Formats: sequence, structure tokens, C-alpha cells
Amino acid sequence: MRIPSAITLACLTVATSLQAEEGRITVGSKNFAESRLLAEVFAQLLEARTALRVERKLGLAGTQVCFAALQNGDLDLYPEYTGTGLVTLLGAAPEGDATATLGRVRREFLTRWNLHWLAPLGFENSFELAVPRALAASRGLRTISDLARVSRDLNAGFGHEFVQRDDGLPGLRRVYGLEFRDVKQLQQALQYQAAAAGDIQCLDVYTTDGRLVVHDLQVLEDDRGFFPPYTAAPLVRGETLARHPEVGATLGLLGDALDADTMRRANLRIETRGETVEAVARDLLADLGLVAPAATATAAPRRAHLASFMWSERRSLLQRTLEHVGLSIAGLLLGIATALPLGLLLERRRRIAEGVIRGLGMTQTIPSLALLAFMIPLLGVGAKPAIAALWLYAIFPILRNAYTGVRDADPGAVQAATALGMTETQVLRQVRLPLAVPVIMAGVRTAGVLTVGTATLAAFIGAGGLGEPIVSGVQSVDTIMILSGALPAAALAVAADVVLGRIERGLRPRGLRLRGAA
Amino acid sequence: MVSLAAHHVWKLYPPGIEALRDVSLTVSPGETLALVGESGSGKSTLLRLFNRLEEPTRGAVEIEGRPATEQDPVALRRMIGYVQQDGGLLPHWRVEDNVALVPRLLGWDAERRQARTTALLDLVGLPAGEYRRRFPAELSGGQRQRVAFARALAAEPRLVLLDEPFGALDALTRHELQEEFIRLKARLHPTMVLVTHDLAEAFRLADRIAVLRRGDLLQIGTPAELVAHPADDYVQALLAHHRVGKA
Repeated sequence: MRIPSAITLACLTVATSLQAEEGRITVGSKNFAESRLLAEVFAQLLEARTALRVERKLGLAGTQVCFAALQNGDLDLYPEYTGTGLVTLLGAAPEGDATATLGRVRREFLTRWNLHWLAPLGFENSFELAVPRALAASRGLRTISDLARVSRDLNAGFGHEFVQRDDGLPGLRRVYGLEFRDVKQLQQALQYQAAAAGDIQCLDVYTTDGRLVVHDLQVLEDDRGFFPPYTAAPLVRGETLARHPEVGATLGLLGDALDADTMRRANLRIETRGETVEAVARDLLADLGLVAPAATATAAPRRAHLASFMWSERRSLLQRTLEHVGLSIAGLLLGIATALPLGLLLERRRRIAEGVIRGLGMTQTIPSLALLAFMIPLLGVGAKPAIAALWLYAIFPILRNAYTGVRDADPGAVQAATALGMTETQVLRQVRLPLAVPVIMAGVRTAGVLTVGTATLAAFIGAGGLGEPIVSGVQSVDTIMILSGALPAAALAVAADVVLGRIERGLRPRGLRLRGAA
Repeated sequence: MVSLAAHHVWKLYPPGIEALRDVSLTVSPGETLALVGESGSGKSTLLRLFNRLEEPTRGAVEIEGRPATEQDPVALRRMIGYVQQDGGLLPHWRVEDNVALVPRLLGWDAERRQARTTALLDLVGLPAGEYRRRFPAELSGGQRQRVAFARALAAEPRLVLLDEPFGALDALTRHELQEEFIRLKARLHPTMVLVTHDLAEAFRLADRIAVLRRGDLLQIGTPAELVAHPADDYVQALLAHHRVGKA
């Protein structure tokens, strides 16, 4: 049985993720290509030019997650845009030009949170609205005001954040009176596909998004100056700069180094040509003369076959698989450690049992992503909140089965044991519990499969796992990359079921194994 | 040997069901009393008052002249043998562990437990060498019930309570085990209370018979007394039905 070593692994995973180490900094990003790319550029530059060890937590689920992680120290820095800082994080109204906006967020972030906006990278990446070029031509659409005249006939597809943010749809409604026939909330990468399929006629895009050209979209002019300037810059904790001054100096090398055109081409390589963020970042830095060029050509086509892709990525996939197993085992073990004693306790307090179990059952109805998001203010990002969420999900199936299994254990045997003078505790430990093993283990199996499945979402809060290639793959509409994470995850779920089934048979009391169906 | 008594015992269940209505009876030391009645007559409830698996709503139960409520239920039960219809063996324990259940609770040492288990298995007709290591699932229904008898007798109880102990057995096995019961009774002479719906069985095994119907004790007496003076039409009909009246 490999279980002890797997447990050790789980503990190690937790332990390493918890320890805060000197000489190490953590770079984060949001979950879209440019944010990942910039974070990777920061990380590679810091690795090349400083002695720091850089940890990456890329693809975190949105601005709020990144910012919360930066505030509580789980991240040291991540790429942010001044307009987002102004409107979303400070809650201010957009006003002033790029320089004024940068000055304002610098002042306020420093005094409020001791966070520093380093030298701007040299480009703005604004939100913009785009419509298919053919539609723009036929309806004479050049500005957002033009769009507002016809928008009631159109379906829009916007990113989740855009629909919520004040510098997104709510503000556009207010300023331009923009109303659509229908608004669908889509993952950014899927918006382009929906537009190409004709399902939506308007979408939010980024200035530097390379796909604008590919998909033949027309960007509409923001004629009322609604969108603030979104100047890209590294956002860094003051404490990090004090402890490692070389971080500020090194990232300063990127000041004004990247223009919108460069970014558009770089983003395009990731979004449509399926190149890795690592390779594109390396090329960008090499072009700037900040690191040595890659020894071999990085743009080798590598998406031909799933098998060859997975083989070429085997090291990282193995790493992700180990993370995935570690997270799942940790969550499951904590679930067992909590639910089993609780189930036995409730068997002695049957009056409140159903209420408690039903209450805990509600945890199952919380969408996993929402639960993960709730965890961030409490536990930050990374393995801790992911394990906590998996733990919560694992409790219910184990608890329910532990309670009913112990309660309904062979009534004849329970009555005889009581009638012959066993105390309640003896009946529980020597009769009910061993007889409930098959039922309890069925609950553990359910929880195990559930945990392995849910652990794919850990990627959204920087805990790694096989969700990582899935999330990245969804962003770059890369089916092969998605499958490279989804297939091992599915195999793990099946393996969990098989292994837990074996354990169940091993734990089942011998006398019960003989009985067959009864 | 133990005497038992029930004084004006009532047992009520919440929705207004009267399981026992003002039942009084006594059991003398060494006597076997059968409680006879159809299902719902209250016979099992009455039995379970004597080892405090049930408590009377009103009235009092005495065991060896002392009120049952003054005796610790767990300690009391360890002194009382108990056999139920389905045997109630612990399916995850071997035969020898099932038999030694009460001795183990009483803290007997392993050697004494083992000697007792061997003796008892031989007594109930299951050679210890062949059967002690088996699990209940590896036994026939009749063999399981024999183990249940051995378990009930393990700590040499002076009172044995039996709740339809032959109820789930086929006719042949039942007869065989009843013969065994008679031999055990003659040899050990414990006080026994036997619940059965089968009047013929009560006639064969019991010294006295109590007939219950819907919570009322209709009559209590020796088989001969019942036959000679049935208390009412119901007892009369019961005797006729079981063809024991003319015996």
C-alpha cells in the first residue's frame, strides 16, 4: 500500500507552501494572457538579474483575488493597470490623463496600503468595445455613441469582471445609455469564438489584444472619454522593496520598454499560436537585451498531437499531478478527521443530528469558485485556502454516511450487545463502528472522487494542480492544453475510486466479507 | 436463582398506545415462565422490563426482591442471559468471541474464558475445535441460535430471558433445539422467562404460562390449570387452535 508515502507527500506539499522563506519573492498574475506574460517577464528578469528565488502564482481569478493576495503578503508583486487601480480598487471616478491617473494611484496606494506602482512599462491596455467590421460598416458605427443608437438590437458578450466593474458595463450604461438586447457573461477567450460564430455582436476587448486583427473586429472610439487610462506597471508591496531593493531597480529596467504594438504581437503568439508564456517572455526580454536569447528556437510548433504535447510537458505535468494529489489527499484526510468524530458524536445526539447534517449539506451547494473566493480574505492564496475548501466539500458525504452507517448498524447485533451488558460507548466502538465501515468508506469514496474533481479549481487561487493547464488552455482556446490537464485529472479521479475501494475491502471486518450480499 | 415480580405495570407509548395495562405477576426461583400471545400483545415489552431495556410508565419491577430501578442497568444485564429471535450474534466476531462476550465484559482472564467457551460450545452441540474460529456467516441458522444460547449462558447467569428464541428456525431444527433446551434447563436450573407466540412450545418448555392480549394479562397458571379452567373465550380458543386442550 502506497498510502503512507502519499500522506507524507501531502504533508510536504502543505509544509512547503506554508513556509515563508528569506530571499524568495512571489509574483502573481490575473487569469488572462497579457497578465500572465507580464508576470512571467518580471519573474524571468528577477531570476536573471538578482539572487532571489521567484515563485509564480499565475492565473489567479481576477483583480480582487490578486489584490487581496498582495495585501496580505501572499504575493509580492503583480502587473496591474492604473485605470483598474483608480476605479476598481480605489472606487474613484475616472478623470484626468494617463500621467494624472498614475500620479493619483501612486499617492493613494502608498498612503493607504504601502503599495508601490513602479515605472510604467510603456503601453496602455484600455478596455474598449469592439464590433464585427462588417456590422460597423453596414450600420455606420464609429464611436460608442453610434453603438448606443443601435445596441438594443444587438447581443453582447462581456467578461465577468467587465459586467461588474464600474469602469465596465455599469458605467457605460450610465454615460452612454448603452442597453443591449441580451448580455452574456463569457470567459474572455471564448468571446472571440462567440463573435466569430455570430452569437454576439459586441464585446469588450483590450487595446493590446492581438486577436482584434485576426477576428476582423472594429474598435469603437470612446468619444466621451469614459474609460480611464490603463497604464501597465508592476504593483509591488512596500515591504518587499524595503527588504529587497534590487526588485525595484531591476523592474525599473522595463520602464517604457514595451509598446502597445510589441504587446499585441506577443499576446497573439500566446492566444492564437499556442506558444508558452515562458517562451514569449524570454523572447521579449532577449529583444530588450535584458537576458541572453534562448539557445534554441522557442517557437517550435508543438500542438500536433496530445500525446506528444503531454510528453514534451511531462515534467510540469508530473509536478501538477503531484500538487493535485497532495491537495486532494490533504483535503480528504482533514475531511475524514473532522467528519468521522462528528458523525459518531451526532449518533449520540440524534435530536440535533439531522439539523446539523442538513446545515453542513449546504456547503455542497456553494459553487466551488465562490467558496474558494470566500477563503482568500481568511487564508490568502495558494494551497491553504484550496485545502480548506476541499476539506469543507469532503466533510458532508463522509459525515452523512458515518452518521447513518453507525445509526443503522445491524439492529439485531446492537440490541443483543446492549442486552448483554455493553455500555453505550462499548456498543459504539465495538459494534456500531466496525459494522458501519462499509457505509462510512462509501462516503469516503464519494468524497475522494469529489475532492479530486474539485481540486482542478485550485488553479484559480494559485494552488497549482492539474487545473493549471486547464485554465491556461481555456484562456488560449487550446484544446490540447486543456486535455493535457483534464485527462490526468479524470484518471486521478478513477484511481482515487479504485484505491479507496481497495482500502474499503481491507478495512471491512472479516466476518462481513464472508457474508456476500447480506 | 432469581425471583422476579411485576407490580401493576403499565407501559404507554406516546401516541396513546397501551402496550401493557396493569400487569402483575411473579416468577419463582428456578421456574420457567412462558409469555404467550399474538404480536402486539405486549409479551416482548414485558420481557424487556426485566433487564431494563424498557422502563415501565407506571408500576414497579422487582428483581430478587429489589426494585429494578435501584440496580445499575449495565451491571444488571451482565447478570442476565438474553437470547433473541435472530440470535443477534456480532457478525464481525468469531464464534468464540461471541460466546465470551459477557465474560470479557466481566473481566475474566483469557484462560478462564477459553475453558468456558469450549465447555459451552460442547454443551450446545457445536464441537469447539471445529466451530470456535468460525464467523456467524459461516454457520446455519440453527447453529447460530445454538451459539446465541451458549453466549447467553456464558457467565452462568441465574436468570435467562428468551425472546422467541426458536421463532426463526425450520420445524426440524426448532424441535431439536427445544430438546436441547429441556436438557439444559434440567441441568442448570436457571430462572427463565420465555416469550413465544406458540402455545404448544410453551406447553413443552414452561412450568407456568402467562397469556397476554393487547396489553392485558388474561391468565397465568400451569398448563394443567389453563386446560382445566381457561379464563375466557380467548384462552379457550387459543388452546383449541394449538390442539393442546385435550393433551
